[in-house]
Amino acid sequence: MTLMELNGSINMIGYGIATLGPAIGVGWIFASVINGTARNPETRGAMMSTAFIGFAVVEALAIIGIALAFVLG
Amino acid sequence: MGWTSLIPMAGDEVGYHAPGVQSFHYTDPGWTFFAQGSWLNTWINKSTLQALIAAILVIVFWLVASRKLKIVPTKGQFFSEYVYDFVRNGIARDILGPDYRRYTGYLVGLFSFLLINNWFGETFIFMYPTFSNIGYAYALAIMTWVIYIGAGIARHGFGKFMKKSLLPPGVPPYLWILIIPLEFLSNFITRPITLALRLFANLFAGHLVVLVFVVGGWFLMTYPSQSAATEMNLGYNIAGVISIVFSFAILALELFIGALQAYIFTVLTAQYVHSSLADDH
Repeated sequence: MTLMELNGSINMIGYGIATLGPAIGVGWIFASVINGTARNPETRGAMMSTAFIGFAVVEALAIIGIALAFVLG
Repeated sequence: MGWTSLIPMAGDEVGYHAPGVQSFHYTDPGWTFFAQGSWLNTWINKSTLQALIAAILVIVFWLVASRKLKIVPTKGQFFSEYVYDFVRNGIARDILGPDYRRYTGYLVGLFSFLLINNWFGETFIFMYPTFSNIGYAYALAIMTWVIYIGAGIARHGFGKFMKKSLLPPGVPPYLWILIIPLEFLSNFITRPITLALRLFANLFAGHLVVLVFVVGGWFLMTYPSQSAATEMNLGYNIAGVISIVFSFAILALELFIGALQAYIFTVLTAQYVHSSLADDH
């Protein structure tokens, strides 16, 4: 007897797990910006532009993950 | 049946079709404006029309906004100057430094085009973000790629630009074989791909979440009428209403995400141009 049938690609579950790393990374980046801004509000602009570069690099991992989840699916 | 009768959306082949990739393909006759089979029908679909409308809107808006400028701004001029200043001072001047004027036009156009297209996802009549089709995101990323590489070559000349972008200073010669392919991959291939995929993935996923809540909520709200089941279930109907109401919150979140992605795309474009213009690596 089949209780429930699920179809689809298990790659998507893998992608869901793979987003954990970039999620932690992005969280840390912006947490650091908040910390830095709280300590020295004047440097916010400089920190934000650095943060966005770091954010882009870290999020690239999640993006590569979704590309692979589609491509290999 | 057993389980499946407890789960309204499972095992029901008549009614519920979960939204997926196919929800983004507008091939129904209802979504095309030209005769089936004609070349117009294959080339012009909903997203093409949206991109064209957005382009016309951007051009007309900035043309109208830049005419008859007054020293004491009217309300409309105040708004357009606010948007322009946001990109010019907040993005272009902060990141590009002294030679920002050259790229301000592209950045302003890019930002407003992205913003309008992303907000099409929450605008009635359209309700579909153009960049949830990946081709459009690729096109913008290729444009940015051409501009930042062209800017670097124009500034430094081809050889020096390649040397600057492939070889960080201070790398010992025996590591060149490792560093040069990695830097090439990072600067010329990964950058445009991640730029396009970031935009696409955010809008695609956001639109899909909205679809899940709206389509699922609609199915539950009108529960027995769209499925093979016949008995009423008030709980499902209430859950459907809650889900539809919640979809408005998701749409509001999508408004924010759309603006954020437009901003990030513009910031990264400016950042890439800056990194090819910079003298030291």
